[in-house]
Amino acid sequence: MSNFAASPSSRIIAQGVYETKAMLKNGEQLMLLIAFPLMALVALRYTGILDSWAHAHNVERFDVAVPGVLALCVMSTALSGQGIATGFDRRYGVLRFLSTTPLGRGGLMAGKVLAVVMVMIVQFVIILVTALLLGWSPNITGLFMSIPTLLLGAAAFTSLGLLIAGTVRAEATLAIVNMAWVILAGVGGVLIPSSYLPAFLEWIPNVLPSGALGEALRAELMLTRFELLPHIILLLWTLVVGAIALKKFKWSA
Amino acid sequence: MSVQNQRIARESGRKPALSIDGLIKEFKPSRSFREANPHLLTDRGTVQAVRGISLDVYPGEVVVLLGANGAGKTTTLSCAQGLQPADGGTLQLLGENPWGASPELRAQVGIMLQDGGLPQAIHPIELLKHIAKMYKNPASVDDLVQRLGINEFNGTTIRRLSGGQKQRVALAAALVGNPKVLFLDEPSAGLDPQSRTVVFDIIREQRERGVAIVLTTHLLDDAQRLADYVYIVKRGENVTEGTVAQLLQETNEQAHTVSFTAASAISLQDFPAHLRDSVTLTQDAPGQYSLTGELTPEHLNALTTLFVSQGIMPSSFTLASRTLEDVFLDISGRDIR
Repeated sequence: MSNFAASPSSRIIAQGVYETKAMLKNGEQLMLLIAFPLMALVALRYTGILDSWAHAHNVERFDVAVPGVLALCVMSTALSGQGIATGFDRRYGVLRFLSTTPLGRGGLMAGKVLAVVMVMIVQFVIILVTALLLGWSPNITGLFMSIPTLLLGAAAFTSLGLLIAGTVRAEATLAIVNMAWVILAGVGGVLIPSSYLPAFLEWIPNVLPSGALGEALRAELMLTRFELLPHIILLLWTLVVGAIALKKFKWSA
Repeated sequence: MSVQNQRIARESGRKPALSIDGLIKEFKPSRSFREANPHLLTDRGTVQAVRGISLDVYPGEVVVLLGANGAGKTTTLSCAQGLQPADGGTLQLLGENPWGASPELRAQVGIMLQDGGLPQAIHPIELLKHIAKMYKNPASVDDLVQRLGINEFNGTTIRRLSGGQKQRVALAAALVGNPKVLFLDEPSAGLDPQSRTVVFDIIREQRERGVAIVLTTHLLDDAQRLADYVYIVKRGENVTEGTVAQLLQETNEQAHTVSFTAASAISLQDFPAHLRDSVTLTQDAPGQYSLTGELTPEHLNALTTLFVSQGIMPSSFTLASRTLEDVFLDISGRDIR
């Protein structure tokens, strides 16, 4: 029984809520977390970019677009959002200070993961409601199937974000995660399936966490089908990058 | 009282809240450092930043750790705070090893870091309320805010606060958990005189409450006002320790100085012969004199007698004793290294 520290769950929830608010209050973060995914959703709804895939699988254009936008949300929050927040917290000594409070290092990391999940819930509500308003008819079974996939994707990208934030300077973290976001969103197989590439390059996005998450989510939400390979790829990224992050993460700048 | 006796009086059956014994902390230097300083390297190619520092802090006392830049103060403290593991020696913080300490131990320790460690994009009170949630019985955030005048600037995010305002928020953050041990790294740096008075009052109150306080500062005037016990470290080792009074007494050369301004010329020959040995009289500027040495009441009497006999009315007359700053500079060297 603790006499001095608040209970572990209340500490972690407090930190999770605090970091969620911090991310959602930051203007630049809001662009990345909410505005860009919404823009992508609208653009893919009203242009014919995804029509060839929609025809090939005999589904609506929107059915290809929504899973990709959800994957983009995961990437925005876990890689860019948490990466940038953690990078600057490390630079300003916040990680050091909070690790000396009862929260501790473990609680701080758990709070960060919780914040990623909470921000993702906010994003998904906004994206799914907007998609419904724009005429999307959801695949309910597929939506439930996608929940573990989204969490696995969040784990892979959070590991990557924390590895970058914990090893390079804050400004470099900012540059790297934003660059990675742009490249992966564009050609990483998130929004647009990798099959647009010449056959000999197609495997590249598929082995990246971005392409694996996009593929897995499209299979689930478009076709109600569970694809094992992209899940294995996401799990491998999580385990390998997570292990490196645990070893290399520096708590002070 | 000798250092040994003082130690016995401090200990008197109590257990220290923080006990550091023979702490060793090494770091791996860069290649250029290794090439420039081969004599500093150990067999393993490391450099010892802390080479066996020991200190104890008892409940209800303010212990001041003094040392020049790079003497190993911050490294010692960060080991005691559980931010780094020790490479040798033992550390006991409330009976536990601070490295990998339990949340329950961390809840009893308040830390004000040198760089503050505060998030930038948040308002001070919001931050303090968040930190308070980590504790079962936190102090009242409202009281701390009131006391430290934080409400005056609460509309501003921490990023935009002045150095002294940030210091006050960092102190409040260290106090919010009602700690038993309090680490204060340069608590008065950058504070205006009003804030400094408040911060000193708070430190004294915490001491009254029985909190064990470890404080580092470069402002020796502050150290002299607050310290119950002082440790001076140099190049990663203990040099000396004691109460301020002891340190002043034990290095008692030039114990006092009388400075005065007189219009007529004065020389040591004007003093009775038996009073000339242990003192020096220097003229620092035309008409400005310093009489320095082991002064006795007789010296003062002789000086005023001289004034009376020669009809001198000094325009200033100050008696000053040696300060902790003098002791510190003598011990740790006056050169910048």
